[in-house]
Amino acid sequence: MKRWLPFEWIAALRFLAEGRLQTGFILVGIAIGVGVIVFMSALLVGLQANFVRRVLTSQPHIQLLPPEAVARSLRTEPGVIEAATVQRPTQRVLSVDQWQMIRTEVAARPDVAVVAPTATGSALAVRGDASRSIGMSGVEPATYFSIVRVPDFIVAGEPRLDSDDILVGTELAKDLGAAVGDKISVGAAAGGRRILTIRGIFDMGNKGVNERTTFVALRTAQSLLNLIGGVTTIDVTVRDIYAAETIAQDIGRIAPVEAASWIGTNAQFFTAVRAQQLSNTLIRLFVGLSVAFGIAAVLVVSVIQRSKEIGILRAMGTRRGQILRIFLLQGAVLGFLGSLVGSSLGAGALLAWHAYARLPDGTEFFPISFDPALFVIATLVATLTGVAAAAAPALRAANMDPVEAIRG
Amino acid sequence: MADVLALERICKSYNVGTPVETEVLHGIDLTMRAGDFVAIMGPSGSGKSTLLNIVGLLDRPTSGRLAIAGVDATDLPDAEITRLRGHAIGFVFQYHHLISAFTALENVMMPMLVDRGRATAAMEQRAADLLALVGLSRWKDNKATAMSGGQQQRVAIARALAMNPALVLADEPTGNLDTASAEAAFALMRRINREQATSFLLVTHNLELARRCDRIVEVVDGRIAAPAP
Repeated sequence: MKRWLPFEWIAALRFLAEGRLQTGFILVGIAIGVGVIVFMSALLVGLQANFVRRVLTSQPHIQLLPPEAVARSLRTEPGVIEAATVQRPTQRVLSVDQWQMIRTEVAARPDVAVVAPTATGSALAVRGDASRSIGMSGVEPATYFSIVRVPDFIVAGEPRLDSDDILVGTELAKDLGAAVGDKISVGAAAGGRRILTIRGIFDMGNKGVNERTTFVALRTAQSLLNLIGGVTTIDVTVRDIYAAETIAQDIGRIAPVEAASWIGTNAQFFTAVRAQQLSNTLIRLFVGLSVAFGIAAVLVVSVIQRSKEIGILRAMGTRRGQILRIFLLQGAVLGFLGSLVGSSLGAGALLAWHAYARLPDGTEFFPISFDPALFVIATLVATLTGVAAAAAPALRAANMDPVEAIRG
Repeated sequence: MADVLALERICKSYNVGTPVETEVLHGIDLTMRAGDFVAIMGPSGSGKSTLLNIVGLLDRPTSGRLAIAGVDATDLPDAEITRLRGHAIGFVFQYHHLISAFTALENVMMPMLVDRGRATAAMEQRAADLLALVGLSRWKDNKATAMSGGQQQRVAIARALAMNPALVLADEPTGNLDTASAEAAFALMRRINREQATSFLLVTHNLELARRCDRIVEVVDGRIAAPAP
């Protein structure tokens, strides 16, 4: 008998060891439950982080645009009847009104990470007898590249933007037969035309984007789009991506702009992320509950089997609190040991997933998160669940009348 | 010397306050002095077990006063009752009731372990001495399930003595044993009684054993029938 162990621990461990078969089965049950929770959590966290990363590294979280132009009736006095059809006005390329002030205000918010003004419009890129229509984004590299990580996608040249530089996609470079250092002529619909040097070529992994998207310096775009001193959008990233919609509404209220968050513009995607989180939580909850009831069931049976022994322990002076602790400890030990085995099972399954679930080219589907905190939390929660599940059987044991218990 | 047991007009009713209220003990007076070896006899249903449970502080009387080892237990709170029970009373039951997850030695240590919370070398020594006293030193590392009924009962007697109690209560300690084992268990208790002056209160149906006690208390219909000589 271990001298350093308190009586309650000795009794709890002996009782568990004696009921070897019961203990073994429930441990397997807990281990499978914890393993499933650990595996699913890591998988879904990885999947979700990957989705979010893919969507949000190529677009701002919030875009601030000039308000849409709306047709207003000229007269509103009574007795004047408006024409039956009101034609929608064309949306000209307009600058965001007072954009410098808006930028300063938005950048001052603690929940906003980066604010980048851009001037965007369409243009025609010409080299020799090849011409392609392009979307031209005039950006400030310092801020914009921390929203859309263009430098990460550069395959040739460098992500530098001086006033005569342009970054083009691989497809456009191929169509124009151009390489880094070559010059192309870019003409905007508004009338401006300039000769720009290809400084870098990027591959964003999407053919359409690689064909049409180009980046130039903000001033270059302003002069080409005939938008001197103006910007067409202000791109914003926020610290908590799930708060983007609230922040967008907030900004929309205080500034004369239309604020669109990624949640609004990617509603379906956002719903999918949320649904996944919810189903993950539900699955974990129910697996946890079934594990808890399993522990409770095993301990209830143990209390009934040991009622005579509990009675004799009470007769020899064991206090109710000691009996209570003996059974709570059994729950805790079951939860703890089960979660240790379960965490190993989960980790094994994750490693197997990592090794076998690969795309045809050998790269993994998405990086799984192998966070030690997950295992620590799983173990803690399982242990606490064990204690909670043991509460009812332990109370039953502690409140047993020794006379009844001994008589059986 | 203080009495180890003093019962004064002990009554016990079940289902108090309901139409089926039944009184099973009707004013029991009983006194035991240190070193007494007393047998309680009586037909089934006479209230012997209820009396033993009250004396053992496992049950409370409905009325009357009760003192164990000089301590008035009548109005003690539950926690104090539990403590007094652990310190002053040892139990031997008909069906041994050893705790099967523990060895013979550990079972004997159990009351001391419960009281003090952790095992000590002194506890182990005392348990080993007690096992030697009941002649089971060789079996000290056996689990309860690996011993005969007679051996288990002797372990239970050793366990009852662990806290050096003033009074040992034995509920038909030989009722489940063959004649030889029963004789051995009884002789052991008598010897401990003589050598260590521990008081014993036995419930038994065995008249032959009862006659070898100092005194026989006969309980009939919840009353003490005939004061023994």
